[in-house]
Amino acid sequence: MPMDAKELESLIRARFPDAKILIKDLAGDGDHYAAQVETAAFKGKSRVQQHKMIYDALEGRMGDVLHALALTTTVPKD
Amino acid sequence: MSEQAVHDWIRKQIAANDVVLFMKGTKNFPQCGFSGQVAQILQYLGVDYQDVNVLDDMGVREGIKAFSNWPTIPQLYVKGEFVGGCDIVREMFQQGELTELLDDKGVKHTKPSATA
Repeated sequence: MPMDAKELESLIRARFPDAKILIKDLAGDGDHYAAQVETAAFKGKSRVQQHKMIYDALEGRMGDVLHALALTTTVPKD
Repeated sequence: MSEQAVHDWIRKQIAANDVVLFMKGTKNFPQCGFSGQVAQILQYLGVDYQDVNVLDDMGVREGIKAFSNWPTIPQLYVKGEFVGGCDIVREMFQQGELTELLDDKGVKHTKPSATA
């Protein structure tokens, strides 16, 4: 079951208002996305923790309605 | 198997093997591109690992997600510790962190990571 890129972005945005978010629909089927998320909220967190924060923001959709999301998480350089 | 039994079985796998990859398909015949990428990285590094095909057992397929609190497969464990899924493993490999981790944990491998 596909999901809209806008919906995906707004779910992440709701949790991380300051984030820089870049979303690409990889296969054009609304089911395979790549997302780059940069937010200060990631500071001091491991990669696993950072990815879990995004999965939490998606409220269970990851692995369910959303089949594939290639994630890259970064902390902004100050 | 009950959820408890599945979790016990998973715990046993990651205790008995230094490196365990929970994947769709097998190391020689991956059935998902993401699982295949991680299998390829481990093979390239010459790491001896145990593959667990989650497609063989619905209980394990769902159980590993709850066990790790991670929603997707593949999932890599080294010395009983969850390392990450496909994106994290690939990123660690590319930045040389995966071999660092293997060295830290005393896991043998034959090749250094590709560094950019």
